[in-house]
Amino acid sequence: MDDLLAGLAGALRLLLSGDAGVWEIVLLTLRVSGTALLISAVLGVPAGVVLALRSFPGQRLVTTVIYTGMGLPPVVAGLVVYLLLSRSGPLGDLGWLFTPRAMVVAQVLISLPLVVGLTMSAVEGITPELRLQLRALGATERQIAQAILWEARAGMLVALVAGFGSIISEVGAVLLVGGNIERSTRVLTTAIVLETRKGAFDQALALGFVLVGLTFVLNALALRLRGALLHPAG
Amino acid sequence: MGRIWLAIVLALVLAACGSSGTADDASPPANAAGDATPTAAQPRKGGRLRLATTTSTEDSGLLDAILPDFERRTGATVEVIAVGTGQALKLGENGDADVVLVHAREQEEQFVADGFGLYRRDVMQNDFIIVGPPHDPAGVRGAADAAEAFARIAAAQAPFASRGDESGTHTRERAIWKQAGIVPDPASGWYRALGQGMGETLTTANEQRAYTLADRGTYLAMRDRLTDLTILFGGETVADNPDPALLNPYGVIPVNPARHQGIQAELAEAFVAWITSPEVQAMIAEFGKDRYGQPLFYPRATPGTTS
Repeated sequence: MDDLLAGLAGALRLLLSGDAGVWEIVLLTLRVSGTALLISAVLGVPAGVVLALRSFPGQRLVTTVIYTGMGLPPVVAGLVVYLLLSRSGPLGDLGWLFTPRAMVVAQVLISLPLVVGLTMSAVEGITPELRLQLRALGATERQIAQAILWEARAGMLVALVAGFGSIISEVGAVLLVGGNIERSTRVLTTAIVLETRKGAFDQALALGFVLVGLTFVLNALALRLRGALLHPAG
Repeated sequence: MGRIWLAIVLALVLAACGSSGTADDASPPANAAGDATPTAAQPRKGGRLRLATTTSTEDSGLLDAILPDFERRTGATVEVIAVGTGQALKLGENGDADVVLVHAREQEEQFVADGFGLYRRDVMQNDFIIVGPPHDPAGVRGAADAAEAFARIAAAQAPFASRGDESGTHTRERAIWKQAGIVPDPASGWYRALGQGMGETLTTANEQRAYTLADRGTYLAMRDRLTDLTILFGGETVADNPDPALLNPYGVIPVNPARHQGIQAELAEAFVAWITSPEVQAMIAEFGKDRYGQPLFYPRATPGTTS
């Protein structure tokens, strides 16, 4: 118990001391996971909407692949990205391995299926009756689609929150493709692994609290956004 | 209906807040390898050297103590990738590191023989120790050598925590079991293959009151937390270790630039010359004395020799 309290105090001390190293790690964490989520959102939300509203041959297979991807172990995603970006791999000439770019690629691979899959179920969850009613009221196809997307807005936000949660706390993939290089590819999770390995449990725990605090703040913001979306007038 | 777009834009902006400055991160780099890494702090010119090494050299703090000297002399930045010995050699094999610093003699020599590395140079050594519960149920204290100590643990069926991760330490542990003529069976209950790093394995041994083989550096760094473990074989310092089979030599190997493009061969060879130089060897000999009252690594390089 004392250890836990000391960890909390340590986290506050780390942040308030203005330790440039810690802030650098926090900013890189946000940069990498934020970029990965942005890419996943831009690609994944439209893909999820299309999959939910249109039907095409092979759709069931595509859906199964996406659901499987939702359970992809991060280390496997990391291993695949490592083998692609290694100098002896097909994309080795890019020189991306052990840079933040490689970490973004791995995190997109992890979060994209979640964003697509959850967007898809959010849109599918809107009752088919709505579509019939709207049509009966004389709405155009475009207006119907817009109405369905608006109804699914909260679910889509959850898709993004889940996608972000899956990558900001992830360690296996970024350790493998980032290399946990000081001042270059060290993020909160890999720093925690390093401190734990060194036996510096207090420092590891303090960094853990920083990460938890960060995700808490981001989720609180997302929840506010959700409230604003669901009750635009209030 | 315009609101949904507002919401999407808002969500994207929120996500982008954290990614300001990464716009060129997402676009392909202008040229290969060269400036592909937009890191926060790289004011220096002089190239980047990728060093693949084992966790013990980074976790002990040795690299933090000596690398700034190399960076000052060459103007280069050293990027340290600290992983298990097996993975470090694999990174060299794939051309993803320029130089490797590891501790698994046979694998290192194989690496050079296979043409992945140019040559191997001795750098330093420390040693392995057998730690366990102070009341020593298997009677490991007073064993003549490590193999006898292991034989006593097996005879007593006392809990033994193995790294079980193909690391340099695990490789050494298996060699000792072989020397003792014992094939430990993970199904037996007393032999526990954890598949974890040294720190985790020591923590587990401490909780389970088990014996384990540890490198002295990691044990010393964690000693304060390991209240239920003590050194039962190997002595208080490297010089006191009675069994030469427990010595743990580290070697440095520049990766063969002929096998992959983009290897920083010149810098890698400069690194090898530097770490085996008398000045740096003296720094290695001093490291750890202030904190642990003894060095964590002993210099071993003899200038000009290769093996």
